[in-house]
Amino acid sequence: MIFSDADLNAIWLTLKLATMVTFLLLLIGTPIAWWLSQTRSWLKAPLSAIFALPLILPPTVIGFYLLIAFAPEGPVGHLTSFFGLDSLVFSFWGLVFASCIYSMPFVVQPLQNAFETMGNRPLEVAASLRATPIDQFLSVVLPLCRSGFFTATILGFAHTVGEFGVVLMIGGNIEGETRVVSVQIYDHVEALEYSQAHYLSAAMLLFAFIILLSLYIFQNKKTSFGVRL
Amino acid sequence: MPKMISAKFILEHKTNGSNDFKLDVEFDVSSKGIIAIFGSSGCGKTSLLRAIAGLEKNATGRFSLNKKVWQDNGTNLPTYKRSIGYVFQEASLFEHLTAYGNLNYATKRVKNLSRLDDHETYFQQIIDLMQIEDLLPKYPAQLSGGERQRVAIARALLIRPDLLLMDEPLAALDTARKHEIIPFLLRIRNEFDVPIIYVSHSVDEIIKLADHIIMLKDGKITDQGDVATTLSKHQYIGEEQNQTGAVLNATISKHDKMWHLISAEFDGRLLWLSDNQEKIGQKVRVKIMAKDVSLSVGQNHQETSILNHFRAKICAITTDTHPSMKLVKLKIGDSVLFARISAKSTNILNLELGMSVWAHIKSASILS
Repeated sequence: MIFSDADLNAIWLTLKLATMVTFLLLLIGTPIAWWLSQTRSWLKAPLSAIFALPLILPPTVIGFYLLIAFAPEGPVGHLTSFFGLDSLVFSFWGLVFASCIYSMPFVVQPLQNAFETMGNRPLEVAASLRATPIDQFLSVVLPLCRSGFFTATILGFAHTVGEFGVVLMIGGNIEGETRVVSVQIYDHVEALEYSQAHYLSAAMLLFAFIILLSLYIFQNKKTSFGVRL
Repeated sequence: MPKMISAKFILEHKTNGSNDFKLDVEFDVSSKGIIAIFGSSGCGKTSLLRAIAGLEKNATGRFSLNKKVWQDNGTNLPTYKRSIGYVFQEASLFEHLTAYGNLNYATKRVKNLSRLDDHETYFQQIIDLMQIEDLLPKYPAQLSGGERQRVAIARALLIRPDLLLMDEPLAALDTARKHEIIPFLLRIRNEFDVPIIYVSHSVDEIIKLADHIIMLKDGKITDQGDVATTLSKHQYIGEEQNQTGAVLNATISKHDKMWHLISAEFDGRLLWLSDNQEKIGQKVRVKIMAKDVSLSVGQNHQETSILNHFRAKICAITTDTHPSMKLVKLKIGDSVLFARISAKSTNILNLELGMSVWAHIKSASILS
């Protein structure tokens, strides 16, 4: 076995984190993307900018603010202590929370693009055929925007896996709790365990390539809608 | 109590602050046959249709169909609760479903539809009517524009709507495809007991299809009524430019077997036309283009090849699209006719308002 137990732990934790975050982001991001695609409110521009902030902010800046927010006197800290929960700092759930914010644009933007490309016409057609709004979403929006959902899922997942700075800032480095693969690699390098670092890094490289490859293959395919299905 | 469509809508579109558009209409029509909403682009005809369907969220007013209220003070049924079938201008089939899947999408969502005894027969009747049996397994991407529109019309009919709304269903098709669809629309009118509101900017389509016409301009109704009567009061604008003309209501009255002619009677006058097997007593709409009408002031039209001559009164002279041409509006009895003649001729003949002239009709065609 080329991976140590600690490595496997880190891989498992990373997958768990990314799956959880992707799932939550699809739940939260879909209505946000939907609202952004439909609204004509003046709030659209400022809110779009806010949701896109993680694209350009250094992870340390996000990590820093989250750290302050999670602290017992911070807004999130108040909430967690009010509900009798543990502090989110240096915890798995703290990582989930932070990753949701950090990976939000990678889910919201593909979805928003897909909704905007689809336009309103299919919804109007569905309504004229007696479909209720929820029915319209499930029977028309989901299948017509499925490449958008696919892209959002892949990017949200992959981006969470590739996260480092935020994890280090608010998660620390606790094995089985917050030590994800990227941090584990950092540890190996720090400890001069280059072969271990090599294995994990190569695994990450392969993972990233396969993810992106599947994304591009899928996107090429969907252009010939209906014919290859 | 006759069945009625009763509507009143006010809708304002703010387009970037400039050119505010306001739709302000009110009409009551008998809910049978094809009711055409006619006007040039931007007159608000599509907005009116969308308001009827409940697709224009900002439209205020009222709408009722056969005393069933869809919209009024306090009531505003969402689109999915209005018993409509809607055919959009461009192909609006769901790309992710086959033609069959598209038809099924509709029938699955109407309560109890599939449990009706005649559901299977009705389904088959529509498939046969629109001739789409062979298209059912195909995806929209594999269908031609005309085929897609036929499936879309079938889909709208399948849910057995109380009102069928059609927004220029032929506009996106070329001339050949248009002629392919028109007979289907006529069969729907004749074989199904569903009123159709049909939006179009094409007089040709409306003359062929519609029973009643509502003319819209800048968001307001300018005229409405029986198609031929209403259109005969207005200048006819054909598909292409310089296609101004008029429409007459006439009845076939005589056959001339020797010369293969028939006479169409209007306002007690006879118009001789080529015999195309029309029956005596048949009511027809006759289209006479302005370019096919010439004028003279003298009496001696015995030495001309033109068959049809009528005494007419000039009621307007306007400049046509080119400065060399004039458009002369004529009255023959109660019917209106247009003549397109050169400005020079107007001058030579000293044509004036109220003057009595001879109108020579070179050709005319029967539309329905």
